[in-house]
Amino acid sequence: MVLAVFFAASPIFPSHPVLEHALPQLSEYGFFLEPIKEQIPTGLVLPYAIASPLFSDYAEKLRFIKVPKNETISHDEDLELDYPVGTFLIKTFYYLSDNRDLDSERRLIETRILKKTTSEWIAIPYVWNEDQTDAVLALAGHRTDVSWIHRDGTPINILYSIPNMNQCKSCHVYKNVQQPIGPKVRNLNIEFSYDEGKKNQLEKWISIGILESFNELSSLPRTVDYENPHDGTLDERARAWLDINCAHCHRKGGPAETSGLHLDLEESDPTKLGIFKPPVAAGRGAGDRKYNIVPGKPEESIMEYRITSTDPGVMMPELSRKLVHDEGVKLIQAWIKEMPEGR
Amino acid sequence: MRSILMLCVLSSLVLAEFESDLQLKLILAEPGDTIQLDSGLFPILGTLSMEGKQDIVIKGTGMNGSILDFSTQVEGAQGLSITNCKNITLEDFSVQDAKGDAIKCQYTDGITFRRVKAQWLGGPRSINGAYGLYPVQCENVLVEHCVAIAASDAGIYVGQSKNIIVRFSEAFDNVAGIEIENSTLADVYGNNVHGNTGGILVFDLPDLVVKEGHQVRIFDNIIKDNNLDNFAPEGNIVGKVPSGTGIMIMATEMVEVFENTIIDNKTAGTAIVSYFITEEETKDSQYNPYTSSIYIHDNIYRRNSQIPTLDHDIGLLLFFHFFRDIPDIIYDGMPDPSHISNNGLIPNARRLCIADNVDANYLNLELSKNFNSWYSPFFADFNTDANECNCTLEPLPEVILKIDH
Repeated sequence: MVLAVFFAASPIFPSHPVLEHALPQLSEYGFFLEPIKEQIPTGLVLPYAIASPLFSDYAEKLRFIKVPKNETISHDEDLELDYPVGTFLIKTFYYLSDNRDLDSERRLIETRILKKTTSEWIAIPYVWNEDQTDAVLALAGHRTDVSWIHRDGTPINILYSIPNMNQCKSCHVYKNVQQPIGPKVRNLNIEFSYDEGKKNQLEKWISIGILESFNELSSLPRTVDYENPHDGTLDERARAWLDINCAHCHRKGGPAETSGLHLDLEESDPTKLGIFKPPVAAGRGAGDRKYNIVPGKPEESIMEYRITSTDPGVMMPELSRKLVHDEGVKLIQAWIKEMPEGR
Repeated sequence: MRSILMLCVLSSLVLAEFESDLQLKLILAEPGDTIQLDSGLFPILGTLSMEGKQDIVIKGTGMNGSILDFSTQVEGAQGLSITNCKNITLEDFSVQDAKGDAIKCQYTDGITFRRVKAQWLGGPRSINGAYGLYPVQCENVLVEHCVAIAASDAGIYVGQSKNIIVRFSEAFDNVAGIEIENSTLADVYGNNVHGNTGGILVFDLPDLVVKEGHQVRIFDNIIKDNNLDNFAPEGNIVGKVPSGTGIMIMATEMVEVFENTIIDNKTAGTAIVSYFITEEETKDSQYNPYTSSIYIHDNIYRRNSQIPTLDHDIGLLLFFHFFRDIPDIIYDGMPDPSHISNNGLIPNARRLCIADNVDANYLNLELSKNFNSWYSPFFADFNTDANECNCTLEPLPEVILKIDH
């Protein structure tokens, strides 16, 4: 039956560059001790976190990096990290059956791998099987029902989407080249709980020799944690949220640069940030609102409309969510509300 | 081989088979491949995408034969998305009821749409997707024998691109039939553009990455009955286009409009306007809001006596002054001040020139003079003598595409 489907539906494909790198199953990489669903890393595989994460339907994430033995991540004067060939970035998405109970059953959904090859980063998506014994290569993506009890006790059920290879790139592309999004200096410059205790991640990476050292570690920038109301100002938290959720596309060189809306942390032009900026190609995404941001008036701002929608033709970001990120929406509403009204 | 087996099995069993199979083909296609679409109506739940490919043809059995139906789409903001490719041909299929844009193509050198249809079946509705055929930031764009129906922005929209031909296509029931925006070197000819809010638009807009367009030729088109009520969602610039606009040229330069048949567009057969007409502000210091070097010649205008749109300030003004006999060519009278020489005149090459049209009446709104208060235009004495535009310009060169086949 299975073979029949295969032969009926698919011609024999020639080799594809990604297939030179993609192993059929996650376990074959040897990143994790068996049983790999526990996600306990082996040898060179190191867990990490980023300051402000992308919202993806409240999925929890485990992140790991593997730098090849005796290799080092270097950086330039702009603090751009240059990962050595052979580096893996590994990210596993999971849900707890009850978000209020950290000990409730954990279901791993997908693991995404970014591998630095000689020419570029390649993205390889894996989908976890029902028994949670392994995850299987899924170049064309996948959809699966996911249910859990949310923080406030409501049961939630969504059709979760695992992106296909092209969708991976649609976010991870910068100037037409696939790139990691999260692990930048300012996102990594936070403490992490290692087995031996808490430590700044950059310090740790330098101490184990996978990262070139900095002249002055204490002066490096750090993205605030938008989830922590005591970290930074409202403006900094809102900008951190926009940076990680939107700016992978909405920045110069990103695929949404055509809109003229640039939401990266480095942007300072008010029009490019959306203030009194009319839409260009938003269509019904504009929601009958005139400007991306009307200072003081979130309810008149297109940005608020689009992050509050779950209609595929309206919502932003376009991928990675079926739900509204309530906390993020409240943050952006408060941020726009706080802006002085008028031009 | 094992890996391919695994991924095919997984995809085929879980996603709709047609969709996953097609998506996989789009991912694994190699240069020279043709991806064949069978006849049939295929429901698709998520955006189909092709990335980083070269020399690929996606070919159906006809625009009414192979239909990709997105009416039950649950994710993605496009029907088909093509990015970062080279030399791609889309042929003989249809994309319908996409939740956002029907076919978007970005960062691609060499994109051909041939006998492709983009359609929203419910007719003109503001809930329809924005663009039908949507190449943006592309080079060497060919759209031919295509059809675009009921897009809530533009049926055929070419934005921030270079080297473009749009020909022998039909657009109706859209807000804008065909739109060329912030693009350079475009030939738009032999199209049948009817029943839209505005027929053919050539715009330059501020605050975009690709700043300005120029050198656009619009010729040999039939532009008829573009009198549809504007159904664009508010906030979109195209929402400012008055119902009953045949051709609208805004804030751009070097446009030649010739040998078109422009019939029964109730408000403005051809409008040549600055960005100020939108009443939007811009802080884009590199943006030029004026028109210059516009040449309108050898067109046939015909217009049955009828009232213009009353849903638009300019329409009301026209109605007040002209009732049912509205001038065909309407200029806002805003020349680029940087082109005005010491003698107060604009050099010929930078002017609006109007010559040898059939049955073309002219109106200059002189925006800077007649619009000091909301009521002043109603008492203004507008110039309707086309002699002020009596000049000719050098013809623009033909667009030559660089597409390998």
